[in-house]
Amino acid sequence: MSDYILEMKDITKDFPGVRALDKVNLKVRRGEIHCLVGENGSGKSTLMKILSGFYPHGDFEGEIVFEGKPQKFRSIHDSERVGIVTIYQELALIPELTVYENIFLGHEIKSGRLIDWNKTIAMAKQVLEKVKPDLDTSRKVKELGVGHQQIVEIAKALTKNVKLLILDEPTSSLNEDDSENLLKIIKDLKKQGITSILISHKLKEVVEVADSITILRDGKTVANLNKEDGFSENEIIKYMVGREIEDIYPKRKKREFGDKIFEIKNWKAYDKTLGRYVVKNANMYVRKGEIVGVSGLMGAGRTELALSLFGNPKNYAVEGEMYFDGKKVRFRHPGEAIKAGLAYLSEDRKGTGLILDFDVKTNITITGLRQLVRGFFINDNEEIVLAEQFKESLKIKTPSIEQKVLNLSGGNQQKVSIAKWLFVKPKLLILDEPTRGIDVGAKYEIYTLMNKLVEEDGMSIIMISSELPEILGMSDRIYVVSGGRISGELSREEATQEKIMTMAVDY
Amino acid sequence: MNFIQELGVLLKKNIREYGMYIALAFIMIIFTILTKGLFLSARNISNLFNQMGYIAVLAVGMTLVIVIRHIDLSVGSVAGFLGAIAAALLRNNFPLIPTILIIVGLGILVGLGNGFLVANIGLPAFVATLAGMMIFRGALLVFTQGTGTIIIMNDTFNAIGNGYIPDIPNNTNYHLLTIIIGLIVVAFYIMSDVRTRNNKLKYNFEVLSMRMFVLKEIFISAIIFYIFWTLASYNGISWTFAITLIITLIYHLLTTRTALGRHIYAVGGNPDAAQLSGIDVKKITLFVFGSMGLLTAISGILYTSRLQSATPDAGNLFELDSIAAAYVGGVSAAGGVGKVINSLIGALVMASLINGMNLVGVGISLQYIIRGAVLIAAVVFDIKTRSTAK
Repeated sequence: MSDYILEMKDITKDFPGVRALDKVNLKVRRGEIHCLVGENGSGKSTLMKILSGFYPHGDFEGEIVFEGKPQKFRSIHDSERVGIVTIYQELALIPELTVYENIFLGHEIKSGRLIDWNKTIAMAKQVLEKVKPDLDTSRKVKELGVGHQQIVEIAKALTKNVKLLILDEPTSSLNEDDSENLLKIIKDLKKQGITSILISHKLKEVVEVADSITILRDGKTVANLNKEDGFSENEIIKYMVGREIEDIYPKRKKREFGDKIFEIKNWKAYDKTLGRYVVKNANMYVRKGEIVGVSGLMGAGRTELALSLFGNPKNYAVEGEMYFDGKKVRFRHPGEAIKAGLAYLSEDRKGTGLILDFDVKTNITITGLRQLVRGFFINDNEEIVLAEQFKESLKIKTPSIEQKVLNLSGGNQQKVSIAKWLFVKPKLLILDEPTRGIDVGAKYEIYTLMNKLVEEDGMSIIMISSELPEILGMSDRIYVVSGGRISGELSREEATQEKIMTMAVDY
Repeated sequence: MNFIQELGVLLKKNIREYGMYIALAFIMIIFTILTKGLFLSARNISNLFNQMGYIAVLAVGMTLVIVIRHIDLSVGSVAGFLGAIAAALLRNNFPLIPTILIIVGLGILVGLGNGFLVANIGLPAFVATLAGMMIFRGALLVFTQGTGTIIIMNDTFNAIGNGYIPDIPNNTNYHLLTIIIGLIVVAFYIMSDVRTRNNKLKYNFEVLSMRMFVLKEIFISAIIFYIFWTLASYNGISWTFAITLIITLIYHLLTTRTALGRHIYAVGGNPDAAQLSGIDVKKITLFVFGSMGLLTAISGILYTSRLQSATPDAGNLFELDSIAAAYVGGVSAAGGVGKVINSLIGALVMASLINGMNLVGVGISLQYIIRGAVLIAAVVFDIKTRSTAK
């Protein structure tokens, strides 16, 4: 007989036109790490928003029992009061404030009516002892990496007497090192008696840390797995997608590469606001029909490298030679790069990739609108036909191409982001974290598409990725970036996770 | 679904779009009752459109400025200043057409100057244009210091703000050309709507049912035609009204049908994504401020010509009136949202309020309070309906 800290029974939640959750059950034992997995749109986030009181009692059907008592949360405040704290993917920290100010934000330590700063700092240190003793509490949060910011969030939760900690994809934007670190902290917290619910797409880490797993699919609970019975990634994937994926990476043909389509020599980029080189003496090339993987830790300068090539929108001071499609070039802004046949899929599709308020159609055509102009005006018919074609060929799931992309799931948003670059028919496509935060099914479709683009359309691809299996599974050749320079090059045959990691930490 | 139900669903779904029209109708009915019909008289309607012109033109330009997440506070002072220059040129017997060209050119220059400060130097638009507001107010005072009010004797210039388009000879009491233009406008409206509907049908997009569509066309056509008919029974279409309509039409087409227009909304919706999609954000910013300068010049001409003179306080608070009109018309400060046609209607709502309150005899102090309240009500309505409408 187990002791459940939380039971959510027969939770049903409707949105206009969609049933997001259908009699979902979630049982979490005291002191365990419980992983919640499912494809994007399977209802994980909705379920957690119900638990945290974001969707107030009465907005859904079903019952929440926490620590043996039925709960009726009307707001996030209510759930935090009983000890349920959620850490969202988008961190709720104030960048300009220090670590200790952030930790006690909203429940400041006061003496009388004023904040007692000395006590605040002391208590912040005390809390951080439990998770990350060497973190300087007086630094501003904006100066910390995402990994450390997560830790600050956790520290903040600890000050609220948390009993149940919910982490929504905490490692999705962390590199392997920081991820491991964070998971270790969660395990440590478990020893101190704090129960965690972890939402994650990274099945490897799920299998590693979970005591039990609940799998959701299309708003229904499809499986409950326990550690005693053993986990396997394949089994989880089978439940998530309702089918077994033999191989996460699609089969590929034997490839022949053409001439070099792109090359940089002694490429440097100096960030004037940071006052340092973000790219140092990079040398690399890409051949026609090749997928080149760019691996490296977060902050190693991968995105900076890509941006310095793609018309340099951040205004770095750039030095070095760049050859593209047989000509020596230096693009002054992204428009020029696009015209020449270069495309860049942003790593942050919501922040810098898509215009969320625009519909699917207008997001796709924004990169090459002038192609659709006849006389003065945009030709609506051509635009619609074109967008419909992309919807078909990339299997973008949307009720209509006139749907705002805001309302699409992550995987479908990513397909729209890719479609907008395919529209301009680039010769070289730079994909920055093309599968971040999207589910297994959509990942597979994107991999298949990438193979098709190089094999059938003769395109070349640079794929920047933090996920080593993805780099190994998809690349013909791999560059590893570390501290702004290219620290190594590996062929598909010789590359292993260990070799890449060794180069990635080589400063 | 029966007819009433369908109408209900339609109204509910598009409440945000229709809200402003309903508010306008409400204001007009109230004032018509309070003034025993005087408000809707041909003479007053004609007058109303003339009063609205110089603000409406600014509101159209301001819509784009707000769409790209900026603001232009200088337009009032600049309009007044340019009007004074026009008056001075005309008083020295400078010919009319070159005068207008110079004023429009200066307006564009001032606008580009604002755009340069914002886009290239990186000043916040609020600060850059606040400075412009003070500088040009001062310049206007310096300019009119010696002379005081500058009276304009050029009849052609004065006709812009006070005159009416000529008629074709006929034996009726009506302005025949106005009626013909009204019919053409209605025809164009229906044709364009039918084209859009057929297009959507072709791709299986959601459209109004046939009976709703016909009802809507009849309803709106009737209103449009009624307006022209009313004007025709007075002096016909005024030059101010004609200029306002043409500018709105041009900007409507620019924003909804051209690549440039799409790019403006993209910059407003997400500047970073727009830049990474190859859009030159600086150029767009320059264009939008330049266009604001152009419209400011036109507004200055309309106002000066309407008063037939340039005064030291010309253009006072125009910036705030036009910003208010744009917000009543539903533009969003968060960027990327706002239609020029709606801003025109917004200007009409505000002008109707002022006109109606003047007819009823409401004191100026109370007028300001009521206008402020209406502005808040409009934006609250907009925000409340935005969250539900998807």
